[in-house]
Amino acid sequence: MYAHPPDGSSGKVVLSVAGLCKTYAEVVAVADVSFDVHRREVVGLLGPNGAGKTTTINMILGVLSPTAGSVHIGGIDLARRRAAALAQANFSAVYASLPGNLTVAQNLRFFGMVYGIPELGRRVAELVRQFELERLRDTKCGLLSSGEQTRVALAKALLNRPQLLLLDEPTASLDPAAAQTVRARIRSLAVETGCGILWTSHNMYEVEEVCDRVLFLSHGRILLEGDPRRLPREHGAATLEELFIRLAREPLAEPLERAG
Amino acid sequence: MRLKPVAGILLRQFYLIRGSPIRSLPMFAWVAIDIVVWGFITRYLNSMAAGRFNYVPSLLGAVLMWDFFTRIMQGVSTAFLEDVWSRNFLNLFATPLTIAEYILGLVVTSVGTSIVGLAVMLVLATAVFGLSFLSLGSLLVPFLLVLFGFGIALGILASALVLRLGPASEWLVWPLPALLSPFVGVFYPLATLPRWMQAVGHLLPPSYVFEGLRAVLAGRPFSAGSLALGAAIAVLDILLASYFFARVFRYAIRTGLLARYSAESAA
Repeated sequence: MYAHPPDGSSGKVVLSVAGLCKTYAEVVAVADVSFDVHRREVVGLLGPNGAGKTTTINMILGVLSPTAGSVHIGGIDLARRRAAALAQANFSAVYASLPGNLTVAQNLRFFGMVYGIPELGRRVAELVRQFELERLRDTKCGLLSSGEQTRVALAKALLNRPQLLLLDEPTASLDPAAAQTVRARIRSLAVETGCGILWTSHNMYEVEEVCDRVLFLSHGRILLEGDPRRLPREHGAATLEELFIRLAREPLAEPLERAG
Repeated sequence: MRLKPVAGILLRQFYLIRGSPIRSLPMFAWVAIDIVVWGFITRYLNSMAAGRFNYVPSLLGAVLMWDFFTRIMQGVSTAFLEDVWSRNFLNLFATPLTIAEYILGLVVTSVGTSIVGLAVMLVLATAVFGLSFLSLGSLLVPFLLVLFGFGIALGILASALVLRLGPASEWLVWPLPALLSPFVGVFYPLATLPRWMQAVGHLLPPSYVFEGLRAVLAGRPFSAGSLALGAAIAVLDILLASYFFARVFRYAIRTGLLARYSAESAA
């Protein structure tokens, strides 16, 4: 179990999502979702497949425009100042692998230039060292194992020292040992760099281990919010997984509740 | 506008070519084949004409210029397609990169790759077939600039079409220059064409270049006004194509097309 900040919600807000909605014709993908992520806080975004997690993340990343609502990253309105807002964020997702025809170092340099990182050579060297990628520096990313690709994606996600880090199932394709290492690394990132992290995962064990707070999303709505270590007890479930399954199966029967 | 991301897109293309030298083949191979084939055709025609007409500058010069235009257009769209092929849109557009920076990056990349092709064409056409563009004098620069401008515009338009219609539509990119070539009179005067084709031709900047090229080579008076009109249309086309790309990008963001793009295959 990692050390969690005693009061994760007291820090500066790095992500503020207010009244976020996304509809496609008659289909409501995300409905009136609001939440904040603070500095040094790891927030888990949980929910069954199709709950609206990735849609929410895509709207925060600016690759999908909301039907209504707003996203502020580091206090900057994404809709009004897209480039400035996105300069404060970065992400890693299992479904968005880096170009496989570029080497590790080339990918980091390319994305570093796109982010406009000063002293890029030094930053790339730091990240290569930090993520133990020295041996793989000149290997094409398409030839790396899942665990190695995850490390490269995380290195890319830290290039711009983001205030907000979005991680969509970062351990999904990893073996338990590699997943454990990645979890430890991400947890320490929040503490050491002070960034806020929004994390999606289907692994309730790792959510309990890493997240300071979780948001349960179902049918595009937040059903429940709170400390993943206390929520099961508060709702009469033995484990977070049991609570997750209950909410996923009977989301509409559950009262909408926002625990602190 | 920041220049670092623009340079980053150019650097990416350099990395790709360095990492897989076979990628540099299209920059040389097709233009070299075109020059060789058309070079021998013009040599044969010259022998038939028995000195009455020199086909080298009119035919081989036209081929060289048309190839330059095609390379410019494909340089833009290929740099864009690299992001389609590597399913990189999510990584790329979740950054502070603006559309203007991205388009400029594609254009700069195209300039880099096309200049290599142009140099190969010039060396081959001059050394093997005796083509001398020096006879065009300072007019060569505006001729190439107009073709360059329209190549950029068409490349941006093709990229926007692929973004709008999905990865499987990349086949649309390749035949676009061939589709336009009958209308712009690469090898014949526009007057040869039926009226409706002439009307279309007058909307396309290359037609002013090839008409001008023929006039200069035949020693007829050259209309600077016509070339200026061609240049103005090329600039307008770049602006329209960029606007269209930006609109398609906004559409892709609004509808979720951009977010889904990575999930679609080019098959």
